[in-house]
Amino acid sequence: MKRLEKLVSIKDLPEAPVSNVPSLNQKTGTWRVFRPIVDKEKCIKCSICWRCCPDISIEIDNEGFPIINYDYCKGCGICAHECPKTAISMDREGK
Amino acid sequence: MKRAGIPTEEFIYSGHTACPGCGALLVARYLLKVLGKNTIMNIPACCFAAIPGTFPDTCLGIPLLYNAFETTAATASGVEAALKIKGKKEKINVVGFAGDGGTADIGIQALSGAIERGHEIIYVCYDNEAYMNTGMQTSSLTPKGATTTTNPLGKKGGWRTRNKKNMMDIVAAHDIPYAATVNPSYPMDFVKKIEKAKNTKGTSYIHAYSVCPTGWRYQPELGLELGRLATETGLFPLYEFENGRYIINYKKKTKEVLEYYKLQGRFRHLSEDFIKEVQEYIDKEWQKLLVKEECSNR
Ligand SMILES: Cc1ncc(C[n+]2csc(CCOP(=O)(O)OP(=O)(O)O)c2C)c(N)n1
Ligand code: SF4
Ligand code: SF4
Ligand code: SF4
Ligand SMILES: [Mg+2]
Repeated sequence: MKRLEKLVSIKDLPEAPVSNVPSLNQKTGTWRVFRPIVDKEKCIKCSICWRCCPDISIEIDNEGFPIINYDYCKGCGICAHECPKTAISMDREGK
Repeated sequence: MKRAGIPTEEFIYSGHTACPGCGALLVARYLLKVLGKNTIMNIPACCFAAIPGTFPDTCLGIPLLYNAFETTAATASGVEAALKIKGKKEKINVVGFAGDGGTADIGIQALSGAIERGHEIIYVCYDNEAYMNTGMQTSSLTPKGATTTTNPLGKKGGWRTRNKKNMMDIVAAHDIPYAATVNPSYPMDFVKKIEKAKNTKGTSYIHAYSVCPTGWRYQPELGLELGRLATETGLFPLYEFENGRYIINYKKKTKEVLEYYKLQGRFRHLSEDFIKEVQEYIDKEWQKLLVKEECSNR
């Protein structure tokens, strides 16, 4: 099965109705109203925020700090609410 | 490899279309972390049919078969039987993943049949307590007192008057080899139970607590806190039914139903007396569960 990168014409469609393009091309970060911001000073690198993100938009860097991917983060605020050190604040977008 | 108690590998991509703070996503994310890439999912009409995105997009890194609303367990049974004939079942997990409507209402006879035939499938019901994808209609798993669009608030009241159907009792009555309740607010307990389901010979049933900010009308950041409250109040007890025995995994029933109800718009209209009634019912159900555990382990 040909792996689709981009749908341009009907010829790019697969032989059967199979979805195989990773949803990564949908930048759901545009939905966000509040932006989570990590305060590294307060962070204890527990990865709880990584664990509880429904949008899989938190990665952990080599030092163990969380990095938020604003391309996809929808701003639900769960990470901020669950952080044991209140190291994540939610700031209104476009403030 | 594990991080914060759960496997690091991901099988769901970002860019899916679930509402911000959707619990179903965490249920699927934790589930697939344990089951891994050799998994085939069968999903009926429900929110999770819309979440992966529109053709040709998908948020799942594993194969997914869409099936008709009432046929999840039947489709999964067919996939399992085909894999067995091809000699591939040993290596592949077959999952049925349906909502509360698709499980407790329209899909219940397919599920009953699959358990009866003993197919080696993992059936997961993500319970967001109403038909959410079509706009919050009441299901038989909607809790007592909740308003939905088919139980709208009116002058004469108007909310669900029956209690939730007990799906765990229903599958236990089939003498299913393994059934468990899971809650994303308890991730380590969650992954442990999926591991057990994966290693079960025969059908396993997982009943997953699945918050829905859109339908339950609460602020999305409270999702995991609501999950903790649901278990601590006894509204959603964490337990297993394994080879005929009940095992309660979390016994600290320390909170009042009111604490859980007052955070959600769908319960906003309820009087104190009504919530007291719910409290009494929950206390009784909890006692029943303790007795079931005690008797089945004698
Ligand atoms: C036979 C049939 N009846 C009705 C529908 C319309 N329908 C699609 S999704 C849905 C609601 C599903 O509710 P549930 O199983 O609880 O999953 P949720 O959307 O809440 O995640 C309904 C009624 C359908 N697709 N097929
Ligand atoms: S939850 Fe808080 S303390 Fe833990 S890693 Fe995330 S930001 Fe740091
Ligand atoms: S706000 Fe929500 S979507 Fe954004 S990083 Fe935090 S948990 Fe993930
Ligand atoms: S309606 Fe509820 S269950 Fe459906 S995607 Fe939105 S939050 Fe999730
Ligand atoms: Mg539902």
